[in-house]
Amino acid sequence: MERILFGDNQFFGVNHMSEEKARAQSIKFQDIEAIIHVLDAAYDEGITGFMCTTHERIGDICDHVRNNRGRYQNFQFYPCMPYAYKYANAVTNYGMIGALKRFLPEDGAIGAVLKGGMSVAKKDPQGLGELLIDAEMKMFDGLRTPVIFLQNVVTDLLLGLGFHEAFCIFADHVKNRYNAEAGFITMNLPKLLDVLDALAIENPIVCTNINKIGFRMCGGIAAYEKVIATRRFRPIAMSVFASGAIPAKEALEYVCKQTNIRSIVFGASSRGNIRQTKQLIDQLTRPS
Amino acid sequence: MIRVALIGLGKMGISHHAIINTHPDAELVAVCDSAAYVLDVLRKYTGVRCYADFLALLDQEKPDALFIATPSRFHGEMVKAALDRNMHVFCEKPFSLDPAEGKTLVSIAEQKRLVTQVGYHYRFVASFQEMKRLLAAGVLGQIHHIRSEVYGSVVLRPQGSTWRTRREEGGGCLYDYASHAVDLVNYLVGAPDAVGGSVLNKLFSRDVEDEVYSTFYYGNGMTAQVAANWSDDSYRKITAKVTVWGTKGRITGDRQELQIYLCDAGNPSYGLNKGWNVRYTTELTKDVWFYLRGEEYSAQIDHFLQCIKINGWGENISPFASAARTDDVLAMILRDSGTARARAHAPDTAKLASGGTQGLLRRIFSRR
Repeated sequence: MERILFGDNQFFGVNHMSEEKARAQSIKFQDIEAIIHVLDAAYDEGITGFMCTTHERIGDICDHVRNNRGRYQNFQFYPCMPYAYKYANAVTNYGMIGALKRFLPEDGAIGAVLKGGMSVAKKDPQGLGELLIDAEMKMFDGLRTPVIFLQNVVTDLLLGLGFHEAFCIFADHVKNRYNAEAGFITMNLPKLLDVLDALAIENPIVCTNINKIGFRMCGGIAAYEKVIATRRFRPIAMSVFASGAIPAKEALEYVCKQTNIRSIVFGASSRGNIRQTKQLIDQLTRPS
Repeated sequence: MIRVALIGLGKMGISHHAIINTHPDAELVAVCDSAAYVLDVLRKYTGVRCYADFLALLDQEKPDALFIATPSRFHGEMVKAALDRNMHVFCEKPFSLDPAEGKTLVSIAEQKRLVTQVGYHYRFVASFQEMKRLLAAGVLGQIHHIRSEVYGSVVLRPQGSTWRTRREEGGGCLYDYASHAVDLVNYLVGAPDAVGGSVLNKLFSRDVEDEVYSTFYYGNGMTAQVAANWSDDSYRKITAKVTVWGTKGRITGDRQELQIYLCDAGNPSYGLNKGWNVRYTTELTKDVWFYLRGEEYSAQIDHFLQCIKINGWGENISPFASAARTDDVLAMILRDSGTARARAHAPDTAKLASGGTQGLLRRIFSRR
């Protein structure tokens, strides 16, 4: 896994501190060329991993990379699924089963059974889960996806419900079908690690908020520091700047001094920012 | 341990389920839904006890507290059944589609001193809580106007029939979106004495409105305007924004930040300077024990459980009583929009509208 991953929040109007900034970014990046321009800058600075949602516009990026394989020889996608809003609205509008029907392929056996309105004799979330994963992965066909992540809203929902078997279903399927490692994004790191341990998911890849002010680090910053120092897992730090609340150098010093943190994901909108952030991380990362 | 049960496993219900399940003071003993498949999967993979009949759940499990996250038309019956059994109740919004029924439920709960809450989660967003604190402290001087807006992209094309498309079941932008805008006004400055100029317009929906606008009037001269539109594709998710104008400045707030402008002098006791002050969610928001979709969803559930723990039936910040006042205002908007529309469609007005400027010009020139 790369030390630095490039994130995509800035491309899709996600900013945890300001609606105005989020909108300005949405406007800036409504043209796919503008996104590719920034991705190229990151790639040319040596950042080859792109951690992205399965937002439909990512499909255009995938097409671009597929069509220019020579340019992007080392480019790797780290998909994060699902893009939750489309499901959330569908669940409210059509109920759980109705929502599933809408997202399942027409031709699958389970889809056909559900769509036919027959009772589902065999309760098979595994089959359903696999179909949903495959639907989300379609856009990455033929591209390199070494790690596939479960988005925090789903990870944390399953964690809260106690539907822990789903983590195994996810990990097994991305391994068997995509030869990829499973990654889990969470806002509840200590809780999730306990569960992954109990499931014997070894040395898991977990992406979570890690920042100096403890922003959205559920369980508290001290608990995070402790598990990072003592537990066997591969942490990826996100939200390291807490949406801009912490100055860059201070933010990265905090993360880099925790040497067990494997990777840092960050988003930026200009080459200058990307270069500066990468240089800082490189400087602050002690050779191991 | 507070023994909790939950009815309704839609989007809000499932989210409540996960949050309650992780709370250190709560034990989720059983859930109820009408979808057998969902219940079967939950039973098999999480071990929670499942019911299809909510009365059977209440009588067999005898929980201390009940969460109700069903479509709104079921609220009254379910809340009553729980209160009759002396259970504390958390109910999703809007509280009751029939304001008279809502008031009855308020009085039953108050007589029994039960903790009640309605899921107006914006009351638990740190920036709106801070806004309320600053307004109560008078940092804006005399407040004269408030604008409360809620936008999102729920209905973007004509849809098939679901409970959301039927007002009698609690569907429509008024109950779903405008209720938040109205409740925020009520939370920040209290409920209005009258409403006017209310508009309920359809854009894509056949039977319910997709946008709502209304002006609120207060006895002291203050006014407010609410705007809600659930058919705005430019919003990724539901977005609420409130601006308050006072004689000493203004505050604009949303989930992310507060922008505070003070005219004459700052307010050092609240850390506010003359001119612009910005407070971000990163500094305002308190940690929660478990995060799912936003701190406020966890915070509201924690607040309900803490009120039960301390026997604080009168301490709740979003109780049935305040939600019933919000229901009242929604009913006022509904009535007002009917009379406004009737005026617009009256024959004379229609002629004026279509004759437009030409008619006006003719009248002016004919005076010469």
